[in-house]
Amino acid sequence: MQCQVRKRDPLGAVVCSKMGSSRSGSRSVRFDVDICPMDSDYENLSEGQPGQGSFGEPADGPQGRPETLQLDMMESTGIEHHKKRNRRIYTGEDDMGEDALDAEPITSLRRPQCSAATQKVLSHMPSSRAGKYNAAVVSNKKDELVADLRGLSVREGKRKLRAMPLSLGSKKEIRRLAFRDIGSTTSRVIPCWSGHILRTCRQCLFRCLTVLGSLQLWHSAMKRVSGRFGTGVLSYFLFLRTLLGLNLLLFIFNGLFVVIPQAIHPPPPPPGHNLDTFTGLELLTGTGYFSHSVMFYGYYTNTSLTTCQVNGTPGSTGESSNPPLCQTGTYNIPAAYSLTIASTFFIILIILVYSISKSFGRSFHVLKSKGNLAVNVFCAWDFKLSKKTSVRFQSEKISNQLKELLSEMITGDGEKSCNQRLCHLIVHLVAWTVCLASIGLCAMGIHFLSEVTSEDTIKHEGDTKLLLLPAVVSGINLLLPGLFNLCAWVEKRDSPSVSVHVSIFRNLLLKITIVGMLCYHWLRRISVEPGRNQFQCWENFVGQEVYRLLLMDFLFTLLYTFLGEFLWRLFSKQVRGRDRKPVFDIARNVMELIYGQTLTWIGVLFAPLLPALQIIKLLVLFYIKKGSLMVNCQAPRKPWRATQMTTLFITMLCFPSFVGAAVSVSYMIWTRKPSSGYGPFRNLPTMFESASLWAQELKNTHPVLSWLSTVYNALVENPVFLFLTSGVFLLLIYFHAQVVDGQKKIISQLESQIENEGKDKKFLITKLQATCEQNSLVSHR
Amino acid sequence: MGTTASQIGKDRLAEYQELTFLTKQEILLAHKKFSELLTKDERDLQNIRVPMETILTLQELKSNPFRNRICHVFSTSDIKNGSLTFEDFLDLLSAFSDSATLEIKSHYAFRIFDFDDDGTLDCGDLEKLVNCLTGETDDTRLTSEEMRQLISNILEESDIDKDGTVNLSEFQHVISRSPDFVSSFKIVL
Repeated sequence: MQCQVRKRDPLGAVVCSKMGSSRSGSRSVRFDVDICPMDSDYENLSEGQPGQGSFGEPADGPQGRPETLQLDMMESTGIEHHKKRNRRIYTGEDDMGEDALDAEPITSLRRPQCSAATQKVLSHMPSSRAGKYNAAVVSNKKDELVADLRGLSVREGKRKLRAMPLSLGSKKEIRRLAFRDIGSTTSRVIPCWSGHILRTCRQCLFRCLTVLGSLQLWHSAMKRVSGRFGTGVLSYFLFLRTLLGLNLLLFIFNGLFVVIPQAIHPPPPPPGHNLDTFTGLELLTGTGYFSHSVMFYGYYTNTSLTTCQVNGTPGSTGESSNPPLCQTGTYNIPAAYSLTIASTFFIILIILVYSISKSFGRSFHVLKSKGNLAVNVFCAWDFKLSKKTSVRFQSEKISNQLKELLSEMITGDGEKSCNQRLCHLIVHLVAWTVCLASIGLCAMGIHFLSEVTSEDTIKHEGDTKLLLLPAVVSGINLLLPGLFNLCAWVEKRDSPSVSVHVSIFRNLLLKITIVGMLCYHWLRRISVEPGRNQFQCWENFVGQEVYRLLLMDFLFTLLYTFLGEFLWRLFSKQVRGRDRKPVFDIARNVMELIYGQTLTWIGVLFAPLLPALQIIKLLVLFYIKKGSLMVNCQAPRKPWRATQMTTLFITMLCFPSFVGAAVSVSYMIWTRKPSSGYGPFRNLPTMFESASLWAQELKNTHPVLSWLSTVYNALVENPVFLFLTSGVFLLLIYFHAQVVDGQKKIISQLESQIENEGKDKKFLITKLQATCEQNSLVSHR
Repeated sequence: MGTTASQIGKDRLAEYQELTFLTKQEILLAHKKFSELLTKDERDLQNIRVPMETILTLQELKSNPFRNRICHVFSTSDIKNGSLTFEDFLDLLSAFSDSATLEIKSHYAFRIFDFDDDGTLDCGDLEKLVNCLTGETDDTRLTSEEMRQLISNILEESDIDKDGTVNLSEFQHVISRSPDFVSSFKIVL
C-alpha cells in the first residue's frame, strides 16, 4: 500500500507512516490518502464540535481544496450505505477527545457497520491473515521463504519446511528451489561403496523401526476405543499399558539376574520338607508345592553359584567349596538378589519422576486463565470420533457442559438461603463421616482377621483359611467404592471436577488404609522374632500373602466385570425397560490398577516372579475391560480432562504408591532379621548387611575396586551428603518458582500493551472511516 | 496392505516423508484409501481430483460436523469446491497426524473454524462453530440468549486487543492453555 500525503502535516505524516509500516505488502490495493487539513480536523474534534459540519468546514479551509479519496472500490458502494451504516461510529466520534476515549469504552469494531472501504482495509491487515502462509501470499513471498531456508543448515531447513502450513505443491516447489544445490553436492562427496553400505543400513533400520511401530501393542484396539468413547476412557488403557511396561522391565531384570541362574542350579531341598503332591489349591494359596520353588524367597541360596568344568565336562554344584581340578566362575546370589532389586527400584523411580515432570509440563501452565469458556469451545471437539452415535453423544456432552457453565454465569453463583447452605453442610458432613467410618471399620476388620489367620496358619499350613483374608480385602475393595459413589450422588456437588477429585481422594484413602494395615501386620507381627510367631520362613509367608492378595483381586475384578456390568445391564433392560448402560468409572478402575501395582512392588522382594503374575493379570484385564466396555458400558457423562487426570494418576502412582512401597521395603531390609535356614540372606543380622559384606569381599578380591566401597561409605552412609543434595534441590525449585513468577508478570504487562495497541488501531480505523465519510459527502455535494 | 512403494515411486515417497509429518506406513495406507475412492480408470491418471462428496464417504470424516470446512481448507482447487487431490489428502492427514506440531494444528484449526474465510473469527464464525459443536437436534442447541452470553464471554477471554474478533495469534494463545488439544485434533486412518 502506498500512502501519499500532499501536505506534509506532521500529524498526517504520522498517520500515514503508521499505516505504511503495518503493511507487509500483500494485495495490490492502491490506497492514496490525501489528508490535507488534518491539523484543523483534529483541533475541531478535540473541541467537541458535533455534527457533520465540523468535518465539512475545514475542507474548504485555508489549506486549499482537499483531494478526493481515491479508492478503487469506492465507486461500487452506495453512499446511503455509508450514511446508514456509519451513524453509530459517527455519533461515537462526536466527542472524541482524549477523555472521551477513556470514558466511553469502544467495545468492538462492528464490521458490518463499517463501510466497504474500511472493511476491505480491515481484511488486509496483517493480523487478520491466517499467518503469512496463505496461498496468495506464498506466490509473492516465495523468494523470501527460500532465502529463509537457505540460511539454515539442511536438517534445520527441512524441519522448518515441514512445519510450514503450506500446501504440498507449494512446499515441493520451495524445496526444489532451496535445496537443489545441496542435494547435488552431497551425492558427489560420498564415495560409491560406502554410500551404498550406508543406504542399505539405513533401509534395514528403517524397516525394523516400521515393523516395531506397527507392533505397538494394542494400537488398533485403542483406536477403536477412542473412536467410540473418547480420550478420557483411552487414558485408562494407556495407563494400563504403561504399567505393563514397568512390570515387564521388573520381570526381565529379575528373570535374567536372579531367577534363571538359580533355576539352572537348583539348591538341595531343606531337611524336613516333603515335596507335596500338586493339588489345584496350591495355585490359589501359593503354599505347598510352590513354597519351595523359584517363586518365593526361601528357595534362593546364600552362597555363590559355581560352574565347574572338569576336563571339558560341565557340571554344577551348589557348594562354595571348589574341588581343586575345577575352573570356576562364581555368581554371588545374595549380591545379585539385592543389587537387582535396588537397581530396578532406582530405575523405576527415575522413569516415574521423568514422566511426572513431563506430564506436569503439559498440563499446568504459566498463563492465568480468566475463565475456561473459550478453551472449552475451541478445544472441545475430539476429531478422533468416527462413529455416528459417538459423535451425537459428544455433541450432547459439549452442549450440556456449555449450558452448565453458562447457567452459572447467567444466574450468578447460586445464592442459597441460609437454610439451604446449612442443609448442604450437614449432608457433606454426614457423607464424610460415613466414608471415614466405613474405612475405619474395614481397617479394624482387616487387623483382626489378619491376627486370627496368622495364628491359625502356624498350626495348619495349606488350609483354605488362608484365602479368607485376601477374599475379604478384595471384597472391601469392590464394595466400598460403590458406597463412596452413593455418597457422592447424595451430596450432589455443583462442580463435576470437584466431585471427581473427592471420589479419587476417598478411594485413595481406602487403598492406603488397606495396604498400610497389611504392611503393619507384616512388619509388627510376622517378621519379628519372639517365640509366638514361629514361621520357618517369614519372608515366604509374606510373599505368599501378596501372591494370594493379587490373585484374589484379579478373580474378584473378573467377577465384578461379569456381574456388575453385564448382568446389571440385562437387569436394567428387562426390569426397568430402559437401556441405560452402566458408566465406565475411570477413577475407580485406575485406583484398582495402582493398588495392584503397589502390592507388586512391596512383594517383589519376597517373590521375584510376582511381576510375571502382574503381567498376565494386566494382559487379561485389558481384553476383559475392552470387551465389557464395548458391549456393556457407555462413556462417562461428566467431562473428563484427560491430560490433567493422567498427570494425577502418574503422580499417585509415584508418590503414595511407589514411594510407600519403597519405604516399607527399605524398612524391612534395614531393620528386620532375615529368617535363618532360608533365603539368600540367612544368618545375617539384617538383609542390608549383605551389601556391605559384598563390598568387603570385592575389596579383598579385587583391590582395584576398593574405591567403590570408600565412595559407598562416604556417600550413602553419610548424612551430610543427603542434606547437601536436598539443599541444592530446594534452591533449584525456588529459582524456578521465581522465574515462573517473573514470566507471569511479563505476560500480564504484554497483554495490557496489546490491549492499548488495539485501542490505537480502533481509533485509527474510525478516523479513517470518518475521513472516508467526509470525503464521500464532500464529493457527493 | 496391497500397496507397495513402487506404486507411488520411491522418490515421491521419500519426498512426501520429508515434507509431511506422516510415516512411510501412513503414506502408503493413505494411498490405498485414496485409490479405493477412485474408479478403475481414474487410478492410472496423475493428479486426479476427487470431488468432496466422495471424500466425505470416508469413515473418518463421514460423521464429523466440520467435514465440509476440512475439505475446503485443504483443497487447492481453483474453483473452491472442496475437491482434493492425493497431495491435498496427504496435507490433511499430515495436519491431523500424531507428530504434527502445535503450530500447524492450531493454524489449520483456525482456518477450519473461520467459516467465512476472512482471516478472523468474528461473531458469525463463533456462532456457527458452537452450532456445529452442539449438534443438530433442538434440545442440544443453545438458546439465543445463551449463545449471546457465550460469544461475549469467549470474546472477553480471548480477544486481547479488543477489536471484536479473534485473530490467529489470539486463537493460538487460547489453544496453548489446553493440553488436550493436540491429542484431540487427530484423525488416524
